[in-house]
Amino acid sequence: MGGSIVAIGMGLAAIGAGIGVGMIGGKALEAIARQPEAIGDIRANMILTAALVEGAALIAIILAYLVA
Amino acid sequence: MIKRYLTFFAIIVTCGLRLVSQAVDHQHDSPTYAQHEHNEHDGHDHSGHNHDGHDHSGHAHTAPANAQPHAASHDDHAEFDAKATAFHHISDLNVYNIGPWNLPLPCILYASGQGLSFFSSSKFGIDNAHHGSGHYAIDRYVLNEGKVMRIIEPTFPMGKVEIDGFATQETEVDGKKKYIDLVNYQGVPLPLEKSSTADGGIFGGGITGFYDLSISKNVFAMLLVIGLMSLVFISMARHYKRAPGTAPKGAQKLFEPIILFLQDEVAKPFLGEKYARFMPLLLAIFFFILGLNLFGQIPFLGAANVTGNLAVTMVLAILVFIVVNLNGNWHYWQHILWMPGIPAAVKIFVLTPVEILGVIIKPVTLMLRLFANITAGHMVITIFIGLIFIFGKSGESPGAAYGASIGSVLLTLFMMAIELLVAFIQAYVFTLLTASYIGAATEEHHHGHEEASH
Amino acid sequence: MDSIILLSMDFSPIKPNFGLLLWTVIVFLIFWLIIGKLAFKPIIKALNDRANDIQDSLNAAKTAREEMKSLISENERISAEAREEKMRIIRDAKESANALIAEARDKAKEEAQRIVTNAKADIENAKKAALVDVKNQVGAMAIDIAETVIRQKLSADSEQQDYIKRLVEEIKVN
Repeated sequence: MGGSIVAIGMGLAAIGAGIGVGMIGGKALEAIARQPEAIGDIRANMILTAALVEGAALIAIILAYLVA
Repeated sequence: MIKRYLTFFAIIVTCGLRLVSQAVDHQHDSPTYAQHEHNEHDGHDHSGHNHDGHDHSGHAHTAPANAQPHAASHDDHAEFDAKATAFHHISDLNVYNIGPWNLPLPCILYASGQGLSFFSSSKFGIDNAHHGSGHYAIDRYVLNEGKVMRIIEPTFPMGKVEIDGFATQETEVDGKKKYIDLVNYQGVPLPLEKSSTADGGIFGGGITGFYDLSISKNVFAMLLVIGLMSLVFISMARHYKRAPGTAPKGAQKLFEPIILFLQDEVAKPFLGEKYARFMPLLLAIFFFILGLNLFGQIPFLGAANVTGNLAVTMVLAILVFIVVNLNGNWHYWQHILWMPGIPAAVKIFVLTPVEILGVIIKPVTLMLRLFANITAGHMVITIFIGLIFIFGKSGESPGAAYGASIGSVLLTLFMMAIELLVAFIQAYVFTLLTASYIGAATEEHHHGHEEASH
Repeated sequence: MDSIILLSMDFSPIKPNFGLLLWTVIVFLIFWLIIGKLAFKPIIKALNDRANDIQDSLNAAKTAREEMKSLISENERISAEAREEKMRIIRDAKESANALIAEARDKAKEEAQRIVTNAKADIENAKKAALVDVKNQVGAMAIDIAETVIRQKLSADSEQQDYIKRLVEEIKVN
């Protein structure tokens, strides 16, 4: 049963990161649409932020594994 | 255009079907092999094949002679265990496995009572059909599914000794399932210990009786990839020296834009004037991670999961931690330990502990992010391919396997494309964050005050 | 998959093996410090040198272009000046030519006027002289005629004397 609770935790982590990355991507697209000349800066910051969000999710997943 | 896509699709499906047909053939063969294995086992220890769910006592490891060896998937119908397969494929091994072959690698092993042992893992008598398990024990070391383990039993004879096979025992400790690997020797199952790990028991490892310092699969891949890249870079540097100011050619054309990108987009914005000092570190980190990420994704070349191993990312993160804190200026330390303009009580109880925690968490997230991304990618690809066997029910329903293979191959292809992207992004992110941490630590005084006042 | 039991059910990549740690340290330090010194530093230096080279060349080209531009404008200025000079010379020449022509014309006119006036005066004089001459001649002729006539008729009466007298008066009137 422990495994299934871990699976729920992993799923929650994935949901959170998914929302976060989605918002980052959406906002980045809006920003690019508004200022196409700043695409380089926006992309770099987008990837950086997405990686940070994703990192949080992955750490949550690893902690979920550890607790299991 | 559509025609081209259809052709491409047809090629993929054909490849997938071939893969599946081979796999299914292999599965059809397997029961006989399994039988053979059973006979071998039966001769010595029948209990190894009793699927006995009740007999794992939890104290078995203390009394190996009384243990009831129990296999997780020891039925006559070999059940495909996707999780175990994925775990096996991402782990570091003492053999280099390409397809069904397990190529021997040098083993360097150290046990406290026994000293240093140095030999090739071919001495174990690698069995290609069994994920590279060995037939012999060498100085109490055995090769269990490509991984060197040691027999704890101190009475076990040294030198080359034939062993009968391996089993695993499931025990329950504090409500958690634990697996103990066993070796069958002359009808007696003897417990094995894994090599020492540096996680201090957090992840279920810890210091055991021996240290495995071998040129393992990951080390071999690392040496190969880094050696090749070193050669390329040295030849590039030589060309720059020999013919300065000429147009780039060959490898230069490939690496020059990447190096310039890292210099202009990563190093200069974060490090400012001091960027030149840290460029070798940033380039080394980037190409180390990128090279190994990409090498791990080449199918049929072992797919060594080097950057998806915590040891590798831990070394990188610790080096980044050392570089950041050695280069941290007075201002950096002031901000961590005694932030100006904040009440002393807040500093002592809140800010300083949080900042110190932040100093440690930064490299930890670096380590975990790379590790988790690459490991997850490898696992997902393994599991997508495993879908074929899950649907095929280990050869019972080849039709389902054929059907699943189409989806599986397409999913795998999609995942590989994503992983290709991830390989670059993770290398870039690691480098970028390293640069930003170093930049924050070496920031000039007045800059910091401006930021603080904002 | 064959029936071989996948024994190692543990998630081993998360357990950092001492051997892998050691080898990673060795390999990465070699890659960073030695390859960094042998390859990365020279490459970065060469790239920056080349970038500077290109920048210098661009700057040089820019200055050369500016020089060329100033040279061209100088040339243009000189040629414009020359053109103006030429125009001025031509204009002057034209002016002086015109002046000369006008002067010559005036002179010629004056001369002609003078000649005409002289001629007119001469003619007048000649006419006067001729008239005097004619008068004289006519007088002489008249005298001659009169002489003849008188010769022929003088012997006659007083009538004739009157007549002569009248004649002479007529001549005097003329």
